[in-house]
Amino acid sequence: MIETMRAGLLAAVAGAALALSACGETTQGGAEVIASTMPVFHAEGRPEKLSEWNLLRVADGGLALNDRVTAYDLNSSLFTDYAHKLRTVWLPADEAAKYDGEETFDFPVGTVISKTFYYPREGDAVLLADDTTAERLNSGFALADVRLIETRLLVRREAGWEALPYVWNAEQTDAVLKRTGDAQKLTLTGLNGSSSEFTYIVPNANQCAGCHATNATTREVMPIGPKARHLNRDFSYAEGAENQLAEWSKLGLLSGAPEPTDAPRNAVWNDPGASLDSRARAYLDINCAHCHNRVGPADTSGLLLEHDAPVGPSLGLCKLPIAAGNGTGGRLFGIVPGKADQSIFTYRMESTDPSIMMPELGRSLSHAEGTQLIAEWIAAMDGSCA
Amino acid sequence: MKKLFAVAALSFMLAACSAQESADEMPLGDPGYEEVLMAQLLDAEPGDVITIPEGKFPITRSLSLTVDGVTIRGAGMDKSILSFKGQVSGAEGLLVTASDFTIEGLAIEDTIGDALKISEGNNITIRGVRTEWTDGYKTENGAYGIYPVQTTNVLMEDNVAIGASDAGIYVGQSANVIVRRNRAEWNVAGIEIENTVDADVYENVATNNTGGILVFNMPNLPQLGERTRVFNNRVVDNNTENFGHEGTPVASVPAGSGIVITSNDKVEVFDNEIRNNQTANIIISSVFSTNYSGLSAQPNYDPYPEGIYIYGNTLEGGGDSPDGLDLKTLKTMMFGINGSFPDVLWDGFVNPDKLVNGKLPVDQRICIEDSSVGIINVDGPNEFASPNTEDADHRCTLPKLPAIKLENADA
Repeated sequence: MIETMRAGLLAAVAGAALALSACGETTQGGAEVIASTMPVFHAEGRPEKLSEWNLLRVADGGLALNDRVTAYDLNSSLFTDYAHKLRTVWLPADEAAKYDGEETFDFPVGTVISKTFYYPREGDAVLLADDTTAERLNSGFALADVRLIETRLLVRREAGWEALPYVWNAEQTDAVLKRTGDAQKLTLTGLNGSSSEFTYIVPNANQCAGCHATNATTREVMPIGPKARHLNRDFSYAEGAENQLAEWSKLGLLSGAPEPTDAPRNAVWNDPGASLDSRARAYLDINCAHCHNRVGPADTSGLLLEHDAPVGPSLGLCKLPIAAGNGTGGRLFGIVPGKADQSIFTYRMESTDPSIMMPELGRSLSHAEGTQLIAEWIAAMDGSCA
Repeated sequence: MKKLFAVAALSFMLAACSAQESADEMPLGDPGYEEVLMAQLLDAEPGDVITIPEGKFPITRSLSLTVDGVTIRGAGMDKSILSFKGQVSGAEGLLVTASDFTIEGLAIEDTIGDALKISEGNNITIRGVRTEWTDGYKTENGAYGIYPVQTTNVLMEDNVAIGASDAGIYVGQSANVIVRRNRAEWNVAGIEIENTVDADVYENVATNNTGGILVFNMPNLPQLGERTRVFNNRVVDNNTENFGHEGTPVASVPAGSGIVITSNDKVEVFDNEIRNNQTANIIISSVFSTNYSGLSAQPNYDPYPEGIYIYGNTLEGGGDSPDGLDLKTLKTMMFGINGSFPDVLWDGFVNPDKLVNGKLPVDQRICIEDSSVGIINVDGPNEFASPNTEDADHRCTLPKLPAIKLENADA
């Protein structure tokens, strides 16, 4: 009730710009969507436009979050062609996710999680730069500075999570559902001035499950990021920096969470203050373990890369490949201790050939910095595979 | 024998040419079909039949199906063709993660990686599907043609697999499987049964592969395999150079291998026609003889092939030009320049813990019922120091394995 009243007031203030961006010609979202700043949970169906969920609003040349939509970040995140990511979570009023120390939090029906992939823009090209999404958000998220590519939603319905990929239009006023995915040619300008062309791949809805169905037997789609060890870090909110677990608890989004100091925490993969091993394991955890876990789609390979996977052949040490095909690159073992250039790990991370590269989905470019990290980690290992 | 070989080669060439011509004749169809098919796969519901029309359709991104109870049906393996020649993304052509799945009557060509992968499903039927790399065999081809893994109750029949840089027709970490009436050509492994429990492999043709039919058990995988029957197959002229990727299990298969059993137990090989495989018509080995050292294997892994029963096969030619310097030298030393290995080549690794008075109990042995079929133990454990052709301990019989029963395999 209060929400509705507040929405009405805001609508009056925000005026025509909002109405233009949000309503269009469709009335599917219901009258309350128009000019409201309250997100809408669609219990069923597949809304054609991102605006029908009303999580984000395009206004005054910027992108802003609607009511109680909370942005978050991860300690280490999946590499996706150097795209920047605006992640948000929204829960129905008066409901909270249940904390879990290991698995994805148990979110209530009605939860909508979004991830917007974008790049800083430089003319027609996109720019390789550090992801400063929080700061950008706090300073108005000027759309002229960015190229919005896609927003992926994970929606918690009665039957489970559903994945819906939306692709932004060229005017950056809205994004349209594209369940079959998309391929976009981009030119990425590197910090060193060089530029490279690549095809950015928006996954289709099944490919969403290719990563998010982390249990290959149940095939249930699950969010991957919202786990304690990924979220346990500070975020620069408009009011100042705060630990995300603490903030979520304070906002009522999360129940049962311990003090952040008592919660698990993955390393930030490029944090020079963290140990090499913790950074490498955090990197493998978020980039590989959605498939390479004990029950995941890649358990067929016997290679297990979760944050707590035991050190041994199953982590790749002196492990021979099984079905790697092109992926071996003529190298005999996943990891040859001390010898990154003889290890299949680095070969597959360096490659951009779809039959060779790992991960299989989510990138068309190689992550040089991530590969460098894993190479250093392997180089620091003792032993041999003789 | 020489005549037989020539005839076989000729008829084979004819077959290959005509297939090539018909594929070339077919112009590429509507590129917009990719989006249509992808949407059909995304929106499929249990019970749906997705029909692939006649034509050769370019596909650029991986296809996938996650819904149970769906049938994908084309107009025939030379009529409905999905061509991935311009593929830009995805590690396979079609990835299926669903049960009660049937695919039939279509071709998947020139995928970057695996052609058809089916992971974790029950009741899987793959019938009349062709997977092919059309530029001939080469290392750059995708790894697997037809590739069900971690599946149960699997029927693979009347398929054709050509040019895979690993296995053409493969089934791995699966249970209750029938592989019949398929044709595998120009793959590194024609047909491969790996870490699978209870498989029947019969009435297939495997020719011009590096190895014809492989029954493997590899370490460090979630499932170990045993009990496979290989019978009534034609395994001839599998002499193509090994073009597999170094490091993969099949990369150590010598060219000229007919049927290869590696570290698998309770394998019955009978009534096959096995001819002119130039390393040996039948090879039985431990992973110790492969590029898998076995040093880092899990504790419950058994590297020794045990309880192998061979009988009633028609064996001819072969063993005359083994692959690899070691085997070549050995062959020449023992049998002369123009001689041949016996039909069964065994690397000689046995589990020392199982020996009783220096011999394996009968149920753990390699039993070759027919006295006309010889065996060579190449003495792999001592790097070929004392090879021998003693066959007395191999003249034995073993209990026969029961036939595999599948509801979807009545015909």
